[in-house]
Amino acid sequence: MTINDVQTILHGRFICGEEHAEREIHSACGSDMMSDVLAFVKDQAVLLTGLCNPQVIRTAEMIDIYCIVFIRGKKPTEEMVEMAKERDIAIICTDHRMFNACGMLYDNGLRGGKPY
Amino acid sequence: MSDSLKLQYVISDEDFTRAGEASGDVKAKLKMMGVNPEVIRKVSIAMYEGEINMVIHANGGVIDVIITTKDITMILKDKGPGIKDVDLAMQAGYSTASENVRALGFGAGMGLPNMKKYSDEMNIETEIGVGTTVTMKVYF
Ligand SMILES: Nc1ncnc2c1ncn2[C@@H]1O[C@H](COP(=O)(O)OP(=O)(O)O)[C@@H](O)[C@H]1O
Ligand SMILES: [Mg+2]
Repeated sequence: MTINDVQTILHGRFICGEEHAEREIHSACGSDMMSDVLAFVKDQAVLLTGLCNPQVIRTAEMIDIYCIVFIRGKKPTEEMVEMAKERDIAIICTDHRMFNACGMLYDNGLRGGKPY
Repeated sequence: MSDSLKLQYVISDEDFTRAGEASGDVKAKLKMMGVNPEVIRKVSIAMYEGEINMVIHANGGVIDVIITTKDITMILKDKGPGIKDVDLAMQAGYSTASENVRALGFGAGMGLPNMKKYSDEMNIETEIGVGTTVTMKVYF
């Protein structure tokens, strides 16, 4: 699926990075703990999170995640949006909660990568 | 060999927002140098976790990075409280981080284990009340 599909499936809206909408997504992860993301991520391209601070953008930067989905209606600050733009990271906001948002993407064929 | 690149970063603990800037800069430089992406990922995660630790546990510090043709060495030096029991601190899930830090997405006790996992060599020198120096090496 593409970033655009993620947005459609999650009834979300683009905050930035709409120009990357056609980028392919093969795997995703969901967490509010950035250290967990850093510990277990492999080739995930999407991060779903309810944490909303600049370290989310930095974490994505470190592991080449190029699409962040903020769940539960969380809204990134202007500073975070600027950081994401500089790093070519797309941001999508959705009102769905973590469990449902992950389930909706899973239902549509997206997977979370192999367990360790 | 003399063709090594030396970088130095002063890490401030005043602004959590900026934690990770040094790691991001190193990552960008390695990318420009055409280093293998898997190596870049290892360096990025290891250094980022170390940088975060300096900010949340040790009032900041200085990071020296030395890049040669064979490897990259990261030396993270702080004048923080030191680590009482390194073996315990290395255990996954062990953390003394406050609720505040946890709310920021860190403090899961995965930092040091991540640094160990993603570096090829790691050494911790620490003294209570004096500070901590973490040295990590990743091979190219
Ligand atoms: N630079 C440091 N100075 C002092 N204490 C540290 C430092 N780095 C790590 N520690 C201690 O080791 C513990 C474990 O570190 P880590 O695995 O990174 O987990 P976390 O940062 O999530 O607490 C920390 O909670 C802290 O008590
Ligand atoms: Mg840590």
